[in-house]
Amino acid sequence: MLRSRVSTYASILSAALFATACRSHSENVPAGGSPTTVASGSAPVVGKEQYFPLQSYRVGPYAAGGSGFFGGFIDYMQLINIRDGGVNGVKLTWSECETEYVVERGVECYERLKGGLNGAPVAATNPLSVGIAYATIDRQTADKIPLITINHGRTDSTDGRVFPYVFPLSLNPYSEISAIINYIGEREGGLNHLSGKKIAVLYHGSPYGKETQPIAELLANKYGFGVTHIEVPHPGTEQESQWLQIKRLAPNWIILRGWGIMNPVAIKTAAKVGFPVDHIIGNIWSNSEEDVIPAGPAAVGYIAITTHPSGRDFPVLAEVDKYVLSAGKGNMADPKRVGTGYYNLGINNGILNVEAVRVAQTKFGQVPLTGEQVRWGFEHINIDDNRLKELGAVGLLQPIKVSCEDHEGGGAVRFVQWDGSQFKRISDWVKADRALLRPIIEESSTKYAKEKGITIRDCDGEARL
Amino acid sequence: MSSEATVWPSTVEDENTDGVTVDSREPATPASSPGGGSESAGARAWIPARRSVPRAAFYGIAIVGVAALLVSLPLLVTDYVLSAILVPVLALALAGVGQNLITGYAGQLSVGSAAFMSVGAFATYDISSHVHGLPLLASFAFGGVVAGLVGLFFGLPSLRIRGFYLVVSTLAAQFFVVWLFTKVGWFSNYSASGVITAPKLSIAGIDLSSPGGHYWLSLLVVVPLTVVGRNLVKGRIGRSWMAVRDMETAAAVVGVRTGRAKLLAFGIGSFYCGVAGALWAFAYLGTVEPHGLDLDRSFQVLFIVILGGLGSIAGPFVGAAFVILFPVALDQLGSALVGGSVDPGLLQNVEKIIFGALVILLLIKQPAGMARLLHIAWIRIRRWRSRQA
Repeated sequence: MLRSRVSTYASILSAALFATACRSHSENVPAGGSPTTVASGSAPVVGKEQYFPLQSYRVGPYAAGGSGFFGGFIDYMQLINIRDGGVNGVKLTWSECETEYVVERGVECYERLKGGLNGAPVAATNPLSVGIAYATIDRQTADKIPLITINHGRTDSTDGRVFPYVFPLSLNPYSEISAIINYIGEREGGLNHLSGKKIAVLYHGSPYGKETQPIAELLANKYGFGVTHIEVPHPGTEQESQWLQIKRLAPNWIILRGWGIMNPVAIKTAAKVGFPVDHIIGNIWSNSEEDVIPAGPAAVGYIAITTHPSGRDFPVLAEVDKYVLSAGKGNMADPKRVGTGYYNLGINNGILNVEAVRVAQTKFGQVPLTGEQVRWGFEHINIDDNRLKELGAVGLLQPIKVSCEDHEGGGAVRFVQWDGSQFKRISDWVKADRALLRPIIEESSTKYAKEKGITIRDCDGEARL
Repeated sequence: MSSEATVWPSTVEDENTDGVTVDSREPATPASSPGGGSESAGARAWIPARRSVPRAAFYGIAIVGVAALLVSLPLLVTDYVLSAILVPVLALALAGVGQNLITGYAGQLSVGSAAFMSVGAFATYDISSHVHGLPLLASFAFGGVVAGLVGLFFGLPSLRIRGFYLVVSTLAAQFFVVWLFTKVGWFSNYSASGVITAPKLSIAGIDLSSPGGHYWLSLLVVVPLTVVGRNLVKGRIGRSWMAVRDMETAAAVVGVRTGRAKLLAFGIGSFYCGVAGALWAFAYLGTVEPHGLDLDRSFQVLFIVILGGLGSIAGPFVGAAFVILFPVALDQLGSALVGGSVDPGLLQNVEKIIFGALVILLLIKQPAGMARLLHIAWIRIRRWRSRQA
């Protein structure tokens, strides 16, 4: 009766697992009862802790991005806890939930963690995935938990009047492509020299990859260059046919909207078909050491944009080294990756999240805050050059001023070039043409508001309150 | 038929004679479960006194009880269980039922279920964004019908080819649909990123946007369709499907119109997948992109059917619960036991290995699926009860 025994074991095991699932879930629900109670009450808190649920991904094709970003984010929060004892005495706490960059796993993680941790209320989520962000916009708006999509996400969520809880901080996809075109114009001797040029956009076959198509078309019409969009299906380990198409097209510049393994493969295949690598401009998700090192010598001369230059020569990284890494409390499995692009983006993300908590505390008191209160903090982030100096992040983070209407707050990038061992910064902050982009963003967000029946917020009215 | 023997695990074929009957009221073959596994006349004769409640009434009470429990679940469990576990389980189970009609009952191997789900989701979205004021359930039905027609079309090759060759043809459906929705902006209402978002969910003025509402909507769609599916496979159509599956030549000889049966399986199965896709997109995620329903999802649905039980209506429900719940449970167990002390990436990989190993173990020990496992357990309990008496 082997079969019967196995079936008994199997049922016992699954029952045990189910029980564990239920138990550890119920622990996540704060003592106050349902998660909504926490969001509405002012401070129903046992300890003095602010919680960040991390929908991280450390396995799968995007593990390099996930582990670097969440490693940097965690190390920065660790720094605040160790060096400052938290934000004005409120300790930061976090827990991870693996998404593998898969949408439904990210949703499951969100639902699992949104109730807070041991009574510490949720400040914001940072899924670092466009797909997951899209899927949780409605949920987070209903739950009143800010959704931070630094450097990515839905472009029209820049309009905080329609998306009160979504923050594509620092750089949205439209600004990104506009800044790249401005830079190419500069290299060609002025934007009026772009006329007649050919630009190919090689994009990752995902919502993220497609996001900038209309704006590229718009800029192409405005400046008179030709643009061709070429899709690389996820995950992008095979790109022969796309590069043959590029070879036939012979564009002047290529904009690489890659992600993960697609980037080194693109650079290597470019070398194979003989396209000059210094005319490929990697976008914000194609700018890390993890993207170029696997491509070897083929990547020397590769240009990319960044909002978070790599390197350890920033004071804030020295602090992280002193208080966190030297104490053996660093999150990175491979300490050599500290200071890479993904890691420094995590640092930037940490700075912005912590700053939001700090700003919100000036209004709501130095206690653990609800998501709604932290949202106020995000909308009043104002990091100027002075503040950057205090944070030790001059050159690492651009000046950012967020408001109710403008959830992006930045919109500038720096250009870097790979020299075989590191990314050299070859430009200062290049600004996007944000005045040109704003009406398009508002058009899209208004359409969304109409489809979903959302009442547009009255930002001036809220400010007067 | 050698071509079919390559496709079907021999054990499945052996057990298919009784494996299709998940309902224990059906008379079982004498070989299976001797000693009163089913409600045979002999078993009833042993324990007449315990049957004071008439059977119909007993089942009636049981059904009402289960129904009441299902409907009142939102009052009993947390939002997390509702919106992260139950709703996706229901949606994927419905897709599994569709897949099972095609693969488990009619014996046609298909890996296009995610494509049909995708068609259902996009068709539902398009009709509800272009025809204002259309009731939600009507747009779901429209999505299902469009998916059914697409399924019918991609099922046409089954008239001539079978087995692995048919897999290739349904694979084409998978790639074609993803390509079409990515390439043609009209389907996503010219959304820049090709992502569609769900309209506000309400039926007859009742707002269903809460997690409980999503669950009720799923229940309202899945339960009737499952009942219909069960009746289908118990009836003439189901018997013709099984005849085609077990031996096509013999089926044709005894007068089953095999071509019609196969196309019907594709059409109806894809209808189920389409409605499931609409549920997945609207009741669960609230959004869907063409790549969200890719080949991986097709395989997931296929695994749900294989794990749950080929040729069974209950199987997909058990399979979907397993596929969704088990990784989550494993993840929570892992982080509860060793969380913090082990690298999270390593922990994830170990969990994957454990999951895969358990699936293999399960398939070796119980190739007919988990529904069969539960069925056997049920028989054991009844046997034990009758011994007590």
